[in-house]
Amino acid sequence: MLKFLLRRLLLFIPTLLAISLVTFLLIQLPPGDYLTTIIYQLEESGEEVDEALLAALRTRYGLDQPMYVQYLRWIGNIILHGDFGYSMAHNRPVSDLIWERLMWTLIISFSTLLVTWAIAFPVAIYSATHQYSPGDYLFTFVGFVGRGIPNFMIALILMWIGFSFFGFGIGGLFSEDFRRASWSWAKFIDLLQHLWVPLVVLGTGGTAGLIRITRANVLDELRKPYVITARAKGLTERKAIWKYPVRVALNPFISSVGYVLPGLISGSTIISVVLSLPTTGPLLLSALLSQDMYLAGSFLMMLSVLTVLGTLLSDILLAWVDPRIRLSV
Amino acid sequence: MSKSQNNPLARQDKQEKIYTATQWQLMWWRFRKHKLALISTAVLILFYLGGAFCEFLAPHDPHRYDVKRVYAPPQALRFVGESGFRLRPFVYPIVSTRNMETLRVEYKLDPSREMPIRFFVHGDPYKFWGLWETDLHLFGLQEENSPMLFLVGGDDMGRDVLSRVLYGARISLSTGLIGVAMSLVFGIVIGGVSGYFGGITDTLIQRVIEFLRSIPGIPLWMTLAAALPRDWTPIRIYFGITVILSLLSWTGLARVVRGRFLALREEDFVLAARLCGAGEMRTILYHMVPSFTSHLIASLTLSIPNMILSETSLSFLGLGLQPPIVSWGVLLQAAQNLRSIVHAPWMFLPGLAIVFAVLAFNFVGDGLRDAADPYAR
Repeated sequence: MLKFLLRRLLLFIPTLLAISLVTFLLIQLPPGDYLTTIIYQLEESGEEVDEALLAALRTRYGLDQPMYVQYLRWIGNIILHGDFGYSMAHNRPVSDLIWERLMWTLIISFSTLLVTWAIAFPVAIYSATHQYSPGDYLFTFVGFVGRGIPNFMIALILMWIGFSFFGFGIGGLFSEDFRRASWSWAKFIDLLQHLWVPLVVLGTGGTAGLIRITRANVLDELRKPYVITARAKGLTERKAIWKYPVRVALNPFISSVGYVLPGLISGSTIISVVLSLPTTGPLLLSALLSQDMYLAGSFLMMLSVLTVLGTLLSDILLAWVDPRIRLSV
Repeated sequence: MSKSQNNPLARQDKQEKIYTATQWQLMWWRFRKHKLALISTAVLILFYLGGAFCEFLAPHDPHRYDVKRVYAPPQALRFVGESGFRLRPFVYPIVSTRNMETLRVEYKLDPSREMPIRFFVHGDPYKFWGLWETDLHLFGLQEENSPMLFLVGGDDMGRDVLSRVLYGARISLSTGLIGVAMSLVFGIVIGGVSGYFGGITDTLIQRVIEFLRSIPGIPLWMTLAAALPRDWTPIRIYFGITVILSLLSWTGLARVVRGRFLALREEDFVLAARLCGAGEMRTILYHMVPSFTSHLIASLTLSIPNMILSETSLSFLGLGLQPPIVSWGVLLQAAQNLRSIVHAPWMFLPGLAIVFAVLAFNFVGDGLRDAADPYAR
């Protein structure tokens, strides 16, 4: 187990470096840089473009340096000082802007993951043990529809229902009264009243997928001879199902962290724009549109790091639960 | 099933048929059993025909607008009027009045006048497939100075939603196909190399694939799409977006191809082919590839809907295709405005089209996946 852990952790470091490099290249891709945006804005408003100011800005943000110097400066500051650079559009250090939003992204993604598990587990086992029953067909149908509707459509439809039938907007995470209030029980309740919308929207697709995989796994296990042996020995149906087949079929739940998490983080980006949630999505979008490269780059990198961390966690958990994986390495 | 089992002659007959059937015949028999997949195939064919012939099918040019018909209500097709039942459908004209209290324009259908729908009418001119000019439309109103026809309603600029959805089908459905075709090339080449050579090449490629899969897709696509120069022509943006989408999705196909290669390498028939003196290329192309084409087609079909959804999401955010182009995502952008949706729920129509297309592709893909392995169970 220790060897497995070490191997995994060692692989983690080059992955992080690759992520930072790719992110940096990506934010350098757009033609021009942030100064182009400033010049454009100045010209739009009819102001004079001050060459001295531009030159000063260029040196300040290191835009006059060659590419690899910019990269080394950027990554060096992140590792050594936790300094993600300066958001040029917001005129604040990037680290001031991203942490709270990343925290909300994490909270929303992880609560969605928990809800996904809580729904998918019983439903998948029911579907597998009652194969081709009306209930199974119903869940299969719901699952297919859940997979087919784009996330933002569900968000739009929920908003439309909320607005036209109940007369209130369901965007955001807090009501107007609580947005600036400090944390209290009432604020928490208010949060829960808003949180279910993104959870439902985000969870639908993942739940549908997880149900199908787990159902197939349990079905495969149920056909194996050891289940027949268990039954022949006179084990109760309950024990014959729960003791081994279900436990074996649990793997997708753990490995789902690895592939559901990128999906959730991806999905929450769009949903947050639609539902105006205080997560990374809306800020990333505006940063990309205004070429605020350090802000966009930090978001992209931290989101990727989060997913890689999630995958790492799920690999470790999987090895811990399933000796076949642990011992094969 | 039970009948043929009771009758040994019929059973033997059936078995002989199975033994002599070709691979593709077996797959078709298997696919036929999946009723939903059959229906979905028909739906998809209709969708693609709609996209291919959108200029002819749509009653209007997608950019034609009528400022006096902003958010015009749907004009339902009617068959029963004052004169009783008529075979030729008709609609009531829209009349707009200004509500003096709210000062808003309100629309009503005027049941005193019946406007018959005519077929093969001359309407807005267009260039069919960019080849020849015509103004023939399948249906429409043909009267002198006839107003626009809004079968499912009008949008925020008084354009016909139905026509726009039909034009959007061409763009949205084709991005899926072109994108998947591109990722197929990447997937086969890279996956094939990985599976065929094995060893260090394989490990390296697999690491890269794992890495690409660990980056959350939409933020990555957003970054790439934002990098497209803004002065590009719509057509170049369209191809740019398609390339971006296929940049990430080839990984799934590469995995399928590699897995198949690895599994087939050990099969007896491959060994037999080698023993008979078949060369490397011949073994791959004549013996290995045909036995995984069906799997490949199934996974291709299953990756098209993801492509469509991604394009839609990007365009919806304003990072993908841009307004002069009509795609379902671009159309849904107008549905972001909550107030407009409450007044004009028919703006959701492109969303409905997406849901149907994606579901249909999923069902067909499922059916194909089952059919790809006709000997199972």
